Amino acid sequence: MKATVLVRPKQGILDPQGEAVASALGHLGFHVATARVGKVIDLDLEAADEASARTEVEKMCEQLLANQLIESYDVEIHA
Amino acid sequence: MASPQPRIGVITYPGSQDDRDALWALAANDAEAVPVWHEERALPDLDAVVIPGGFSYGDYLRCGAIARFSPVTAAVVDFAKDGGLVLGICNGFQILCEAGLLPGALLRNASLRFLCRDVELRVERNDTPFTSRCGLGQSLVIPVKHGDGRYVAPAELDPAQVVLRYVDDVNGSVDSIAGVCNWAGNVMGLMPHPEHAVDPLLGSADGALIFASLVESARERLLTTA
Repeated sequence: MKATVLVRPKQGILDPQGEAVASALGHLGFHVATARVGKVIDLDLEAADEASARTEVEKMCEQLLANQLIESYDVEIHA
Repeated sequence: MASPQPRIGVITYPGSQDDRDALWALAANDAEAVPVWHEERALPDLDAVVIPGGFSYGDYLRCGAIARFSPVTAAVVDFAKDGGLVLGICNGFQILCEAGLLPGALLRNASLRFLCRDVELRVERNDTPFTSRCGLGQSLVIPVKHGDGRYVAPAELDPAQVVLRYVDDVNGSVDSIAGVCNWAGNVMGLMPHPEHAVDPLLGSADGALIFASLVESARERLLTTA
């Protein structure tokens, strides 16, 4: 089973990387109101089914992959 | 009778950089400085612990996130929960936050620049074991050197937990917070590096006040338990 975890800076948390990216895009002539920079973690894991994989990956997010004071996360499971 | 020398450990993780300076600063302030390797599952007999700066485990994922799972960190957490004195400097502060011993988190500097310069701090509390030699409101000049020093506080942070503030905004930290302690007051973390400011030859000796406070507090505890 493969899973993808998207970790994002939480709303309200200043993301200077995102601001720098938005500004750089502006210099290239693209118009974006905001950009936020997070990270992607691709996992390959053993799991009986999608539901148990999701439960397992959510535990990983809570214990390590995301710091919930400053980051939010989304889990995608790919069969 | 000569006053006893407290034994203060300094943790070395893979990627720690300032462990030797911290050991030196402790010895210069009359402590027995004890190096402690990250693979130790139990701490030796110690009166206090310092987690030094650096880039433990390459700062992978988030600063301090991997060091939190190091064998010695579990021993430091137990030591702190038993009331032991623990000081985290820079990466040590980040590790203490990730380990849940201190509130908050440290994010990329608002400027996105790595900062390496002397900064001015204001002592907000001098009733902690780490600042007892300082005056309340005293100004300290101590260098910072970090890329991820922007302190983000949780909603439950009590303003009374703020021990040190930057006089000027340095990295975008909320309320210019440079150092915080836990509720019980036996654990403190700060981003500036007092171990790099313990002798006038280094440009400032103000950091020695932090080490002298820690050594004195550790010695007092040693005497009361002896």
